[in-house]
Amino acid sequence: MKITSDTTGRVLSTGAALVTILLTLAIIVFIATKGLSTFIINGVPVKDFLFSTNWFPDRPLEEGGPQVGVLAFMLGSIIVSLLAVLVSAPLSVACAVFIREIAPFWGQRVLQPAIEILAGIPSVVYGYIGLSLLVPFIREHLGGLGFSVLAGFLVLSVMILPTIVSMSVDSLRALPQEWKEAAYALGSTRWQTIRIVLLPAARSGIITGVVLGLARAFGEALAVQMVIGNTRKIPGSILDPVITLTSAITMDMGNTPMGSLWSNSLWSMGLLLLFISCLFILVVRFVVQRSEMSQ
Amino acid sequence: MSDSKISVKKLHLFYKDFQALNGIDIEVRPQHITALIGPSGCGKSTFLRSLNRMNDLIEGVRIEGTILLEGSDIYSSAVDMVALRKRVGMVFQRPNPFLMSVYDNVAYGPRIHGEKNKRKLDEIVETSLRGAALWDEVRDRLHKSALGLSGGQQQRVCIARLLAVQPDVLLMDEPSSALDPKSTMKIEELIRDLKQRYTIIIVTHNMQQAARISDTTAFFLNGTLVECNETELIFTKPGDQRTEDYITGRFG
Amino acid sequence: MKARSADKLATAIIWAGALIVIAVLASIIGYILFNGGKSISWDFLTKPAQVIHSGGGIGPQIFNSFYLLALSMLITIPVGLLGGIYLAEYARPSKLTGGLRLCIETLNSLPSIVIGLFGLLVFVNMTGWGYTLMSGALALTVINLPLIVRYTEEALQSVPASLREASLALGASHWQTIVKVVLPGAFPGLVSGFIITSGRVFGEAAALLFTAGMSSPALDFSQWNIFNSSSPLNPFRPAETLAVHIWKVNTEGLIPDLRRVADGSAAVLILIVLGFNLLARWLGHRIYRHMTAT
Ligand SMILES: Nc1ncnc2c1ncn2[C@@H]1O[C@H](COP(=O)(O)OP(=O)(O)O)[C@@H](O)[C@H]1O
Ligand SMILES: [Mg+2]
Repeated sequence: MKITSDTTGRVLSTGAALVTILLTLAIIVFIATKGLSTFIINGVPVKDFLFSTNWFPDRPLEEGGPQVGVLAFMLGSIIVSLLAVLVSAPLSVACAVFIREIAPFWGQRVLQPAIEILAGIPSVVYGYIGLSLLVPFIREHLGGLGFSVLAGFLVLSVMILPTIVSMSVDSLRALPQEWKEAAYALGSTRWQTIRIVLLPAARSGIITGVVLGLARAFGEALAVQMVIGNTRKIPGSILDPVITLTSAITMDMGNTPMGSLWSNSLWSMGLLLLFISCLFILVVRFVVQRSEMSQ
Repeated sequence: MSDSKISVKKLHLFYKDFQALNGIDIEVRPQHITALIGPSGCGKSTFLRSLNRMNDLIEGVRIEGTILLEGSDIYSSAVDMVALRKRVGMVFQRPNPFLMSVYDNVAYGPRIHGEKNKRKLDEIVETSLRGAALWDEVRDRLHKSALGLSGGQQQRVCIARLLAVQPDVLLMDEPSSALDPKSTMKIEELIRDLKQRYTIIIVTHNMQQAARISDTTAFFLNGTLVECNETELIFTKPGDQRTEDYITGRFG
Repeated sequence: MKARSADKLATAIIWAGALIVIAVLASIIGYILFNGGKSISWDFLTKPAQVIHSGGGIGPQIFNSFYLLALSMLITIPVGLLGGIYLAEYARPSKLTGGLRLCIETLNSLPSIVIGLFGLLVFVNMTGWGYTLMSGALALTVINLPLIVRYTEEALQSVPASLREASLALGASHWQTIVKVVLPGAFPGLVSGFIITSGRVFGEAAALLFTAGMSSPALDFSQWNIFNSSSPLNPFRPAETLAVHIWKVNTEGLIPDLRRVADGSAAVLILIVLGFNLLARWLGHRIYRHMTAT
């Protein structure tokens, strides 16, 4: 009796582990199969897909035939998410330092709960706030339509802030208290201690947070799609509208017949997103591994 | 009296409601080694940390009484904490080199205090490492992580790091308790060496160590200073029954 | 001195950073609650939505969100719980364990739009169901699963080893120990983990656009036959959730009272999500106190 229940338990939980693994593999295989059909079935060269900005997915043959170059979407995604990280990373590190080193009292009682609330806000709500508060503000005070790169990366920067803050706080917390004491005992100011001793030692955790934040920004669909205007042109300034991979998929997937070149190329964009998010995981693993080796 | 390096008068220290030090009076002579002994939890570390105001980092610490360093009160509001800690340096129980190279660890102090000249820094690093009797062991791996060294070497990196800011007073909190006997001997040798130039206060719970290296020994018990005298006297003719009980190991 | 002014400046900048974040949060929450508060009424919370006319409510959307959440939790919790047990109790450093961790990491960082695409392909098209609650629930399961596994593992690991040893020393088998000692000990952590996960998927929209769909057929709340197509409980009907509704009204802009509906929906969504978070803390705490007091 004992033996059977023990075996059942082991089999069940191993089964659940296998289901999880199979599910992940299924996602990769299905998205890959579908995403590769642009190249295999429609015969679009990978090079044209990735490095061309010509996006005429339904141009009739007599006008030159369809073309599906997604460079503009790619660049849009990269620009918006990189700028978001550029805004968010310094602010997040400042918040983490505030919570751990500058004012633990206010940090733990006010700032940390505030950041937890930010983490809980759904992305459509960020999009809605961007649309109804930020976009009109930009339109009235900075010019343009308001739907812009600027609105996109500002919304994203707030969205990814909790990710970076929490990773940074964790890695600052993990540092030995003795380092701080040693630094003070050598006559360092607080800022010198933070800048020279603590932040460099917490580097790998902070970088991991930043990469995870970047990944999240890159993969976010609705919040971005709602505020960036979605014009298929490479933006000339941060007040211009822009389009990203995710927002193209969001807008067009429902309106294109399955199996058409247009639809297939949307799947290819999905595959591209999947590929990039796996890349981000590899980067994180690499960073973590390197920091473990150096210790 | 006037030849004291540090003079402590009626020092009381509280962690919130808990009184950890109760009316400590002690005079510390310059260029001497003073050992603080006593059972664990009696307030040795607390006392040591109040000499360079490390306790200020802990929330809820309250201090009464005065501590004079060469005649001036280190707790007066005019005191610059950074300058104080530069003069009164500290070595901790567990070796705590920063996550940096040996060189950067030792150069840390001079750098934060404004030294930028590479040549000067090289010189300071070498002198300090020689001062900590470590130069020969690490001269070939100056730019590798200090955390790759043995425990004893790490502790000497910490001492070198401290010497590099040219302090007057060295506070050492059980600097060899985390080390093996061989490294301990090395550190003790080094401490006796350093006496020529520095005033040293060392906490130890190893009485042989106190007897071996110190000139003066102070015995703490439950937050009070029971007695403080020439080391020889303390270990041969203690003036208090409790001291005798402690050093003869008859302590409850 | 230079170092000292640098210290002051840095402190000021960091304070400013913290205040900016607080101000951003305050304006987001303030804006939503202020504007949303004006739109929320009993009618708004219960009436069905309108497609092109004004005066619509969000009753079915709220129902759909909760129902979808319940469906997906029903699937995720058993699998996720067992997966977490595997990691916390059985996993040895092996290929399988390493693979599982990598998969969980991968699932956790997949963009939800990609999960939506997978759902469209498998749960909508291959099954032939079309846009249904069930397809949506399965897509949400993909999002839930890594979270539940992780929370379970954490909760189980926080149970003191001494309890485990005590049980094993009494002759209990490993599985008995897990079921009788470890799981009950981890209960507060599990409950709050599940609720936090619920809060997170409650606001999910991107994965649902192409799985549960963006339309809500007329629901007949007196029809409890689960197989009837107008029954709210029928899992094989399309269902627009609250989060999806917010996206749809904002981007389509077909209804004249767009602002009212958008403001109100966002406020309701935020309140529910915050409610989940508060509940998780409160309940975790309560259960913990209850358990340690008896
Ligand atoms: N940060 C602190 N907060 C509260 N009490 C403390 C703190 N540090 C030390 N104490 C208490 O003060 C007493 C003296 O501690 P300490 O100076 O570390 O003793 P020693 O170094 O002699 O072993 C002990 O009872 C200890 O529990
Ligand atoms: Mg101590």
